[in-house]
Amino acid sequence: MANSDLSIPQPRLKAPLLFLSVLLIASCGLIYELVAGTLSSYLLGDSVTQFSTVIGVYLSAMGLGSYLSKFLQRGLARRFVDLELAVALVGGFSAPILFQAFAHTHAFRVVLYFVVAAVGTLVGLEIPILMRILKDQVRFKDLIAGVLTLDYIGGLFASILFPLLFMPKLGLVRTSLLFGLLNAAVGLWSTHLLVSLLGPTRMIRLRCLAVMALLAVGLAFAGKFTLAMEEEIFADEIVYAKDSAYQRIVLTRGRGSFQLFLNGNLQFSLADEYRYHEALVHPAFAAMPDAKRVLICGGGDGLAVREVLKHASVQEVVLVDLDPAMTDLARRQPMVRELNGAALDDPRVKVVNADAMVWLQDTAGAPFDLALVDFPDPNTYALGKLYTSRFYRLLRSRLTEDAMIAVQSTSPLMARQSFWCIAATMEAAGLKVHPYHLAVPSFGVWGFVLASKRDFPVPTHVLPGLRHLSDEATAAMFAFPKDMDRVPTEVNRLDNQLLVHLYAREWRRWS
Amino acid sequence: MKRRDFLAATTTSTLALACRRKPEFPFSGELIGPDLALGHWLRGGAFADPDHFEPISTLIVGGGVAGLSAAWRLTGGGLDDFQVLELEREPGGTSRSGRNHVSAFPWAAHYLPAPDRGNHAVLRLLKECGVLEGFDAKGAPIFAEEATVRAPEERIFAYGQWWEGLYLRAGDCAEDERQYHAFFREVDRWAAFRDGQGRPAFSIPRSRCSDTPEARALDGLSFAAWLDARGLTSPRLRWLLDYACRDDYGSHLESTSAWAGLFYFAARKQGPGEDSRPLLTWPQGNGFLVDHLRRTCGDRLRCGVAATSIRPDRDGLLVTGWDAVNQRRLGWRARRVIFAGPQHVAKHVIEGLEVARPAMARIHNAAWLVASLTLRARLREPTFPLAWDNVLRDSEALGYVVATHQSLQDYGPTVLTWYRPFAGPDCAVERARLRAMDWPACARMVMADLRPAHPDLEGLVARLDVMRWGHAMVRPEPGLMWDPDFLALSRPFGAVHFAHTELSGLALFEEAQDHGLRAAEEVLAALGRRDGSWR
Repeated sequence: MANSDLSIPQPRLKAPLLFLSVLLIASCGLIYELVAGTLSSYLLGDSVTQFSTVIGVYLSAMGLGSYLSKFLQRGLARRFVDLELAVALVGGFSAPILFQAFAHTHAFRVVLYFVVAAVGTLVGLEIPILMRILKDQVRFKDLIAGVLTLDYIGGLFASILFPLLFMPKLGLVRTSLLFGLLNAAVGLWSTHLLVSLLGPTRMIRLRCLAVMALLAVGLAFAGKFTLAMEEEIFADEIVYAKDSAYQRIVLTRGRGSFQLFLNGNLQFSLADEYRYHEALVHPAFAAMPDAKRVLICGGGDGLAVREVLKHASVQEVVLVDLDPAMTDLARRQPMVRELNGAALDDPRVKVVNADAMVWLQDTAGAPFDLALVDFPDPNTYALGKLYTSRFYRLLRSRLTEDAMIAVQSTSPLMARQSFWCIAATMEAAGLKVHPYHLAVPSFGVWGFVLASKRDFPVPTHVLPGLRHLSDEATAAMFAFPKDMDRVPTEVNRLDNQLLVHLYAREWRRWS
Repeated sequence: MKRRDFLAATTTSTLALACRRKPEFPFSGELIGPDLALGHWLRGGAFADPDHFEPISTLIVGGGVAGLSAAWRLTGGGLDDFQVLELEREPGGTSRSGRNHVSAFPWAAHYLPAPDRGNHAVLRLLKECGVLEGFDAKGAPIFAEEATVRAPEERIFAYGQWWEGLYLRAGDCAEDERQYHAFFREVDRWAAFRDGQGRPAFSIPRSRCSDTPEARALDGLSFAAWLDARGLTSPRLRWLLDYACRDDYGSHLESTSAWAGLFYFAARKQGPGEDSRPLLTWPQGNGFLVDHLRRTCGDRLRCGVAATSIRPDRDGLLVTGWDAVNQRRLGWRARRVIFAGPQHVAKHVIEGLEVARPAMARIHNAAWLVASLTLRARLREPTFPLAWDNVLRDSEALGYVVATHQSLQDYGPTVLTWYRPFAGPDCAVERARLRAMDWPACARMVMADLRPAHPDLEGLVARLDVMRWGHAMVRPEPGLMWDPDFLALSRPFGAVHFAHTELSGLALFEEAQDHGLRAAEEVLAALGRRDGSWR
């Protein structure tokens, strides 16, 4: 094929060094593929399907790229550098883009395959173009042998280092950005190797530096999205992280489940949250089956609301949660919204963003028939106050005479004294209590206190059709084995806040 | 002028202007009362008489805790024909409070140790306010949980971080611990002491204390000398005790009576070996109690009115006054007057008092600077979290209390009240020093004090207001507490009765209340109204 480039005398190129760049771009290409496969396996589960489809789309896109290479005619060296930069950008930012798509849209799969196809196509263009640049420098049999050897060996490097080094040390986001940077560096290096073919290189080098700068900024910003420290704390990949005015909210996804953490403490796991929320909500309803007005303190994830709305008698639910970022997450984040069944947008539900204790103290209104108290465990004084006799007295004053209360009360096994301290404190506030517990594998053995102003029998019936609770299972929750049975404790008051100390001491043994 | 020169000149002058205009602090504020001008104007004397003297049974001069308590007692005794005159625009004296869009906050006194079952007057008041909920099976009073100081109560800043509690345990040695326990054993001994009549050596108010010579002897030496005599030299212990003296008395160990020093600890004990009684507090500090007392006064409380002279008349007293709000002279013909202001004002107002009672010169009042800092958001707290009382060890100030602590608000804006007594040996010198300070000087002092503990403070302050208390509290100097001439200052002067916390030599709510009730009961008795005592 007659090419105007070739009509002029062909300058000598640094062929061995260009072969080295084949090694590097081959590694980069495989890394993007591995990142996409790993990331989709984490987020969607079923790694066989995810890896098969990602590899399939990627390889076929490479085929498409190779085919399209024949339409590139002129200025091949310049095209090659541009190609490196394009791969660097799309491949480098692939992991952050995919995480954002997962956290904020419903169209994760569309974005996933589009990104994989785009990277594959661009990578498919690289080798044919490079071979055409080198074809007059190197004999064809040497060319094909050299390029393909290094291409495949580059793949080996990447596939060994990815699981052993890059994933554990850097995580997906930083790995993809780092290899993007490497890709762009190859582009910049090529402007040196191919200088005789490029003509003026100033602009093209500036472009390389701009892309590298962009990726470097992304790498620095990756620390904001995910703290390196957190990656060690959380077993799974972080898909959403936000510092609200009150707490750090993190969603992680992995092994076919997802989890919500507040300040590093697990709040729920998709795998077993139904056990927790059924146990929090339905025993109280069993004793107050026609409850109309329900108060929920805490529980901004909307999962308790989901259970409450299963009861036809409910006419109004007031959810008081401190953090608007949490209730917004429950309304807008696709995974959480799907899990809570869009409960917070139900017309019966009113969301109030306030400190529940201050709200109870400073507001007035019609009394509630049922109150569910679902705060994080008392590991700070600001949380500890929500477990004091003053809190339960305030709560009591906002309830009807027959109202039922259920309170999440940490683990009676791991923090036995803390658990019974909560029950004793509720009694000191003039409530009759029946504590209960069940196994929530993500948390361990978990406890609640069912309470009312008057004596009441232990519930024996629950709503039919639940996933975990049956009548038999409900009754069984109220029996305490010897190692979790009642221990004498003092009352947690505002002026002693002894639960905060007790809780810290008991949980320290398990960490 | 060339264009370049012009540009340079403009830039320079703009820069100079910008520099000059840049305020020293990124927040505003002001000096707030007490009304120094009006107060000091009274010293001038020689006011013309008003046209008319209004007849009244009893006039209470001073609307602080003593005056308001006297009014409370008179009302309780069925006497309604009285008025309370308060020089300032707000009543409460050093229990005053303020309020802004964020919170109510104290301007001075901000807590009350929970009274024991024998302190009938305080218990009666707390019952009226809904703070006393009843008594337990053993007869001990039960207080509303929301009024008891919420934990964490105190923290201390030392070695670049905050620590729980007020006594710094971090880094202390065995000898420090030994002396700490030795001191509190001594306190326990005094807490257990009962004289022949069964009276304790130390109790609140001090009118319940024994006058046994053994206890009175403590007044003969300074707290520092008393500690020295017992070999209590631990710097940590001495710091804690010095802090207590500065906090409650505005004086150092060296200028505090050992009797007063032990009173601070022993009078608050529930019994030997037991903890000190819990503290009661409210977002507005003792302003909560003042708010209740002023409600019982109703429109008989007149603020912005100063009594200018009090002199005997045929069958009672002639009182002249100045209404600073309406700028007019006032006069009363009163059968009795309860003077519920300090002695340094009494001597200018009550005819013949200064000559008759030279012992009043023994009263020395410490000057205090109190600042109220309104914060847009919370400070960064990487170490022990924010407590109610936050104390800096390496500071001449006392630290700050947090107004929103008791109202349970743990997030968002808040108000800090920062305290500094001018505890130098000579009160008059210290007072002059305080008077010379303008707002920027005060703000500079506050910010410099808090900066080591809170490097992010400056950017969070929305407002910093300052109260300069020239005569904040009486100092219980050695020899004062049991001086018979000093104690005699409480006795009536003709038809004038006296009520003020300084008459106890201790600046405490309970003392002010006790004197208020005593004076009111003297008046009730003089007017022929027999009534059981509330004390």
